[in-house]
Amino acid sequence: MSDHAPARSPQDLDDSIAGGIGESPTRPDGALKVRGEYAYASDLWAEDMLWGATLRSPHPYARIRSIDIGPALATPGVYAVLTHSDVPGENLYGLKIVDQPVLAVDVVRYRGEAVALVAADHPETARRAMERIEVDYEVLEPITDPELAAHDTTLPELHPGGNVVRHQPIVKGDPEASADVVVSGLYTLGMQDQAFLGPEAGLAVPAPDGGVDLYLATQDLHSDRKQTAQALGLPPEKVRMTMSGVGGAFGGREDLSIQVHCSMLALHTGKPVKMVYDREESFHGHVHRHPAKMYYEHGATRDGDLVYVRATLYFDGGAYASKTPVVVGNGTTLGIGPYAVPNVRIEGWGLYTNNPPCGAMRGLGAVQPALAYEAQMDKLADALGMDPVEVRIRNALSQGGTTPTGQVLDYPAPVAELLDRVRRLPLPAEHDSAPADIRDLPGGASNTTHGEGVVRGIGYGVCIKNICYAEGADDYSTARVRLQIIGGEPLAVVHTAAAEVGQGLVTVQQQIARTELGVERVNIHPNDTDVGPAGSSSASRQTYVTGGAVRNACEAVRDVLLQRVAARSGESIGDLSLSGGKVVSSATGVLADLADVIGDDVIEETREYHHRETYPLDEELGTSERAQVQHAFSAHRAVVDVDTELGLVKVVQLDCSQDVGKAMNPEAVIGQIQGGSAQGLGLAVMEEIRVDGGTIRNASFTDYLIPTILDMPPMNIDVIERADPNSPYGVRGVGEPPTISSTPAVVAAIRAATGKALTHTPVAPEHIIADIPR
Amino acid sequence: MDTRIELRVDGEQRSLTVDTRTTLLDALRERLGVTTPKKGCDHGQCGSCTVLLDGRRATTCLALAVAHAGSEITTAAGLADGEELHPVARAFLEHDGLQCGYCTPGQICSAVGMLDEAEAGWPSSVTEHGEGGAALDESELDDEEIRERMSGNLCRCGAYANIVTAIREAANGSGR
Amino acid sequence: MDFLRPTSWRDALEAKAHHPDATPIAGGTDVMVEINFDHRRPTSLLDLTGIDELASWSEHGGKLRIGAGLPYTRLIDELGDRLPGLAIAARTVGSPQIRNRGTLGGNLASASPAGDGHPPLLASGAEVEVESVRGTRLLPVEEFFTGVKRHALASDELISAVHIAPATGAQQFSKIGTRNAMVIAVCTFAIALHPERQRVGTGLGSAAPTPLRAIEAEEFLSGELADSGQWDSPRPLDDSVVRQFGDLVARAASPIDDVRSTADYRTHALGVMARRTLGWVWDEYRNHPSSTGRPECA
Repeated sequence: MSDHAPARSPQDLDDSIAGGIGESPTRPDGALKVRGEYAYASDLWAEDMLWGATLRSPHPYARIRSIDIGPALATPGVYAVLTHSDVPGENLYGLKIVDQPVLAVDVVRYRGEAVALVAADHPETARRAMERIEVDYEVLEPITDPELAAHDTTLPELHPGGNVVRHQPIVKGDPEASADVVVSGLYTLGMQDQAFLGPEAGLAVPAPDGGVDLYLATQDLHSDRKQTAQALGLPPEKVRMTMSGVGGAFGGREDLSIQVHCSMLALHTGKPVKMVYDREESFHGHVHRHPAKMYYEHGATRDGDLVYVRATLYFDGGAYASKTPVVVGNGTTLGIGPYAVPNVRIEGWGLYTNNPPCGAMRGLGAVQPALAYEAQMDKLADALGMDPVEVRIRNALSQGGTTPTGQVLDYPAPVAELLDRVRRLPLPAEHDSAPADIRDLPGGASNTTHGEGVVRGIGYGVCIKNICYAEGADDYSTARVRLQIIGGEPLAVVHTAAAEVGQGLVTVQQQIARTELGVERVNIHPNDTDVGPAGSSSASRQTYVTGGAVRNACEAVRDVLLQRVAARSGESIGDLSLSGGKVVSSATGVLADLADVIGDDVIEETREYHHRETYPLDEELGTSERAQVQHAFSAHRAVVDVDTELGLVKVVQLDCSQDVGKAMNPEAVIGQIQGGSAQGLGLAVMEEIRVDGGTIRNASFTDYLIPTILDMPPMNIDVIERADPNSPYGVRGVGEPPTISSTPAVVAAIRAATGKALTHTPVAPEHIIADIPR
Repeated sequence: MDTRIELRVDGEQRSLTVDTRTTLLDALRERLGVTTPKKGCDHGQCGSCTVLLDGRRATTCLALAVAHAGSEITTAAGLADGEELHPVARAFLEHDGLQCGYCTPGQICSAVGMLDEAEAGWPSSVTEHGEGGAALDESELDDEEIRERMSGNLCRCGAYANIVTAIREAANGSGR
Repeated sequence: MDFLRPTSWRDALEAKAHHPDATPIAGGTDVMVEINFDHRRPTSLLDLTGIDELASWSEHGGKLRIGAGLPYTRLIDELGDRLPGLAIAARTVGSPQIRNRGTLGGNLASASPAGDGHPPLLASGAEVEVESVRGTRLLPVEEFFTGVKRHALASDELISAVHIAPATGAQQFSKIGTRNAMVIAVCTFAIALHPERQRVGTGLGSAAPTPLRAIEAEEFLSGELADSGQWDSPRPLDDSVVRQFGDLVARAASPIDDVRSTADYRTHALGVMARRTLGWVWDEYRNHPSSTGRPECA
């Protein structure tokens, strides 16, 4: 380790909170957070540190003829100016496909691609120096249409092997089946941003062993380390990473941002280097949600039974692959929604273009098709003259049902129940005819209506999301649990690399350890790479896999203890348990205090948790015995008031029913549903990165709008627990489904109020005014 | 151009040299090491950098440090009475009015400033202008009023419902 | 960057005369954005927050004189009853934090076509008082705006105040935004009835390179109302009159497509807002010919 450990780094989380599994203790990082003392990556600081900055391409597609760093390097206060030739290891990285340069070599493929790095004694000096780096570009015509990128073979190839990142067909039953009632549509989705409030930041400290210590905000320490070590040409053990406070993630911190850049500057200068993006750079510096173009056709009997679904989906991956292969996998396998359909043909395309790179965001790959299949279900209900909820319930997937990939669901799939429950939740009061309080109307205090033109609409959405990694990935997490006696009391320490990004994973880890070990005090060790991988805080997987790993490690510690006591007391180990800091026998009662059993020992066990194996999809037919380990479901009902003359929308109420398998922390579950629903609402009515000719036109919070406290309506939330027999404690991932089903519910409600087709999401006022009737 | 200024930050007199272009937020974070206010957007559109500036809530990214020489600044850290959390902070903790916590110091300062404004009878963007600015009584600071008055602080984790609950509880608990 | 912090208005004018390049700053809510985003690198800043008189208001000869440095929150609180249109607009500016610091003078100095404060000033026939060491002049507000973010100030002049008559009839303001708070206007519309002059005033925002009046619409409506004797014995307005007024307002606009909306939508929305706000002010005038037109439901 280095001499320059940063000030204001790892946090002392509260280890004195009570509450086991199924309770809702407060979060151990809460007191630090409300005091403003929780150290986020941007708060890090080290003695004598420099500031790093990244020069980015102003062009979506251009050849680099030359780079002159001379004038920049000569700037007083500048310590380093680095380009691709300074990348010590392999100048390529990527989560699924290694295709992205650390620093551009001879071509830039998107507006915002990193070209050069500067380290200086002050951020302002670094900025000035960047202006003095002279890059000679030959500007090329960018590819901006993903559908063309899929089929137009005359376009230039942005990467060796062409512009198709992944093409995946899924075929079930008779792909050419016909039906009495047919509805079809073309749906598009804009590019959404994670818009976490804490921009990318990190502090790299050069170490005496030639390695680097990096303190940062990320979703996956080990994934970052693997890619960073490769680029730095260092063995992984010389790249040590420690988690700082993460100011939100939502998928946007899965890919590398500052990791290699900051480390390169630190290794080059021999000084600690801090990098912090501002909001504009953050928009250019991380991946976004894939925009999509989706062609759908549904066929059904006159009674409303789905006969077939045929769909073609285009996902714009932008300049680099990132999570595009997974988006195509999720988008196609989940592309018909939580419905039982005998005949399916889905084709998914993930493409390279010169648009900003797209990758992970909450609801990965499942958000896009949900907008299309739910719009189609409403259209079908309309065509059949049926109630939209009835038509969904009639076709709902259930336990024992088969997905389009041929996977039989061997766990509860209460889709019909969720729909039925959400429609029974109380509705808001109707407006009376008297002038309403403008706060309750579309436009609010902006005073655009006193009731004129306002029409109420109600819409539903239901979704399916796979939990954990899929398609054959060995998905696991690692936990180290130590039990010792401190001050006469047992103290458990849980050490994982699993990223706390706000979801409350640290709370759940404490709850598991308290319950499994029967102790009160549980300390959460700072996350770092000194323990095995946990995988990413994504795919709603951490309570499942890291929860499982903490449970396994606790059980191992418990076994050691119980064996000791069994050996001493002669009781059968099966009769012993831990409770209230004591070893208890079901036969003879309290046998010993943990303090006596452990004494000065430290009992430490490290365990992994691997979920059931999954298998890849067949490349031609998409079949797989188990493509995904678990599925989660949620249903939303949205009530909106639309000013039909001005196209302004107020979401009046947004209700949700969700199956969480087992609510490990019921209040945190509610928080996830509220938060996910807010992001889904944002996507429905305001959130879109506007890209024009490959360039983002609204890279700021002035023009990329996310919901304020006034945009988020009250919610009725109904949580049910239908345990998955295959998962630890029966848990089912919680974080993503509410982000998915909320958006189509809101859009459906706007359609109901306006009678307009509204095939693009987010729905803008001008769409409502200009759009054709449905 | 560098200028020497004095600030009183969380009860402590601080002296620092700043370039005249420096925002109050950068002066606090980078010059004084006061990292409680967070930087989220650089232009007053997220509220993460909210502090109490001479007793009133303000976004420090839109304030110049030199323009506030001699000012009294209270951040979320300075609201606590030693180990004892400020009632609003305590309510945020107890009602889980946060997830990642990045917006939280700004939310809490904004809430404290807002409760003072409401007590002083300042109207929100929608409250009827009262004769002589009569102070709002407790019943008037309902959830809708709280939301109007907290509309300058974004929370991307979407903890809004719990934020409203926390502020309502804190307002009632402190006799407002 | 120099930083000038005069403590008297006289010193401020002297400073501006000596440093014509200096950028005045009051609440900072516009200037700081430009500095933070590096859109502007002023050679010097002229901080006007040390001048107490600038943050005050007074009443002379039946008109209000609002100091350029009066924050929106105080404007709403202290003058909301006499300037209801301006107060509704002020309530939609930025966030509560921004309203605590942002000022009408700053809004004018930025001269953004989207400035929320401008349309009510246009509708009320306000005048901008500008001053330099050479003297003082009063500019009708529509002459103040000369282009996108451009105004009629000479390089040595500062905005000292806005002169505006208290409302004599109902006033309204509407703003389209795609979020319920903290949003820059897609477009805005203000209307004010002036029964004593038998005139109607209008103001449009984000509708053209500068905020502007819909003069034809004003003439049409004022004429219609006068011809039919409506000011003295108000009756419900004919739909055709309301429609024509909306159409004329829409016609006055020459908006653009941008990242916030489309020209077509803006034109459409201005017409709708014009019709609705006319309905509101006229209803109020009919019911309370002497009242001042606060939003009935706020």
